[in-house]
Amino acid sequence: MILRNLKAGDSLPPLVKEPISKVQLLKYAGASGDYNLIHTDVETARAAGLGDVIAHGMLSMGFLGQFLTDLAGPENVRRLQVRFGAMVRLGDVLTCRGMVQSVEPIDAERSLVTLDIWAENQRGEKVTTGAAEVFLEGGGRGTI
Amino acid sequence: MPIDRSIIGATSEPVVFEVERGAIRKLAQAIGDPNPVYQAGEVAPPTFPTTFRLSIPRLKLDPNRILHGGEEYVYERPIRAGDRITCVRRVADVYVKEGRSGTLTFVVSETEGRDPEGKLVFRGKSTVIVR
Repeated sequence: MILRNLKAGDSLPPLVKEPISKVQLLKYAGASGDYNLIHTDVETARAAGLGDVIAHGMLSMGFLGQFLTDLAGPENVRRLQVRFGAMVRLGDVLTCRGMVQSVEPIDAERSLVTLDIWAENQRGEKVTTGAAEVFLEGGGRGTI
Repeated sequence: MPIDRSIIGATSEPVVFEVERGAIRKLAQAIGDPNPVYQAGEVAPPTFPTTFRLSIPRLKLDPNRILHGGEEYVYERPIRAGDRITCVRRVADVYVKEGRSGTLTFVVSETEGRDPEGKLVFRGKSTVIVR
């Protein structure tokens, strides 16, 4: 992906993820070590008043991590911060989006790009919102 | 579940986590991120510190009553396979807010991860909401 002359106000190319599935939540529980059964066991989720299992908030943050590293590369994330504002359920399709807040040159080769980021569901509701800082090559031009 | 503010400052034991290629690959696969760098298990995805599970003995929360409110990671450098990272987690704040469904207690904890020389690798901040 080549983005040239990033500047404040620019929107980034969205990342559309596959629908959330039970298998994904089981895999995420195992990979992350978060075995809270509200994410994998419907009886536990109902007893907790949630109706059905809900996705790990951290899974949506993981999607936003992918969104950032698709943009900047896995070694160039300085900061990733999110707030989990709404529950994510089975079958939900999340789309990660971002907007450039600022581009600060660090030296001749690199800039620090500050972004507003969020994941929204298929109804356009923002479920996870936050901010990020990534390093991009390209000095003051904000070019990668 | 009332949580006393005297819990602020309580810490976990320091725990050394060895970053394994297979753990990197598994997390990326669970996220559905096909990046070849992760599939090779070289560099960890930015949410990898979530795998560093640290319990704070004095902080007891009922898993059926908690929701994850927010999370933050700030990196001094990326985490790579083979890293040995010593982590300590500490309760940084406890506060109460009135929500639509009653009183909610927010518990904020902060984690620091350091390399074997003591250099900071990352800082984490996690907010848990107790219903």
